Amino acid sequence: MADTTLTHIGQTQPRPAGLRGVAADWSSDQRAFKNVSWGKAMMWIFLLSDTFVFGCFLLSYMTARMSTRVPWPNPSEVFALHIGGSNIPLILIAIMTFVLISSSGTMAMAVNFGYRHDRRKTAILMLLTAALGATFVGMQAFEWTKLITEGVRPWGNPWGAAQFGSSFFMITGFHGTHVTFGVIFLIIVARKVWRGDYDTGRPGFFTSRRGRYEHVEIMGLYWHFVDLVWVFIFAFFYLW
Amino acid sequence: MAEATANGLGQHTLHGAQAHDAAATGTAPAEVHQEHPIKLYLVVWVWLFILSACSYLVDYVGLQGYLRWSLILIFMMLKAGLIVAVFMHMAWERLALTYAIILPPILVLVFVAMMVFESDYTLLTRTVFFGTEP
Repeated sequence: MADTTLTHIGQTQPRPAGLRGVAADWSSDQRAFKNVSWGKAMMWIFLLSDTFVFGCFLLSYMTARMSTRVPWPNPSEVFALHIGGSNIPLILIAIMTFVLISSSGTMAMAVNFGYRHDRRKTAILMLLTAALGATFVGMQAFEWTKLITEGVRPWGNPWGAAQFGSSFFMITGFHGTHVTFGVIFLIIVARKVWRGDYDTGRPGFFTSRRGRYEHVEIMGLYWHFVDLVWVFIFAFFYLW
Repeated sequence: MAEATANGLGQHTLHGAQAHDAAATGTAPAEVHQEHPIKLYLVVWVWLFILSACSYLVDYVGLQGYLRWSLILIFMMLKAGLIVAVFMHMAWERLALTYAIILPPILVLVFVAMMVFESDYTLLTRTVFFGTEP
């Protein structure tokens, strides 16, 4: 069956260089993604569609911010925390950024150890990733609580343009949901790694198919994407 | 399927699994493709920290105007590039996949341009009809 192909068959199929090679791969009567397994290709295509979802959110935020006559609240002040007698701008958001980047780093190493069939290290690194992700969601919940008690609502806020609240809750809410689902799936895959499912070929409870260590990399793709989206949210919503 | 037989024979050790991978595909062991030294990930990790710290400093120092916006965009693109290329292994994927995934999001810039015109127009009509005072 086609599913025996093969991100890692270790052989690179010959192709012409550059664009000519891309055209050759996309020509008719063949698979476009030669050495890419269906699982990985589908994850990439899902992430592409997700890119458009978040792209639309950021676009609507841009449109709202550019077209309003009312001044936009200054994120640097709105997201400042009062620590040790002075207001430090954006400090919580900065810490959240570092937490998420760290989780991406541990995930990348988990993928690496997965391909070395090091079950213990892979599972531990994935659980560490999940823990950092949960920390991120917790800090986001704190952020939401703080803003809501200060009077931010989707239809208004004390500092300026009403669209600030709706953009904030929409964008960070969807991102937080993605992180939450990522944490859940990380725990599921980590359990499978720990139990040795990918070595013994134990069928998955939902698909009844045998998993491979490539699943760790596919899981990693999703997790890095969540980090990637945060890079754009951090730049456009918090820093701009 | 080859996988089924191999596992049926009880080759459950790590070595056995690798050998079976190689046997199933008839090529070199499977992990050749994505095996990079851990050091590579640590270096990228450190760079992501540095770039994040830089973009935070842009706000902390309080730069304004075009300098602020261009710095934010530069640091953002560098971070995104590092994550996609190294963490997501895009640098080692076949070009046909890379183009299929990377090109469509770039076309979103057309959408951005359209919405910039649209918002300018909305702002103009709001200003004309409601005056400049909020």
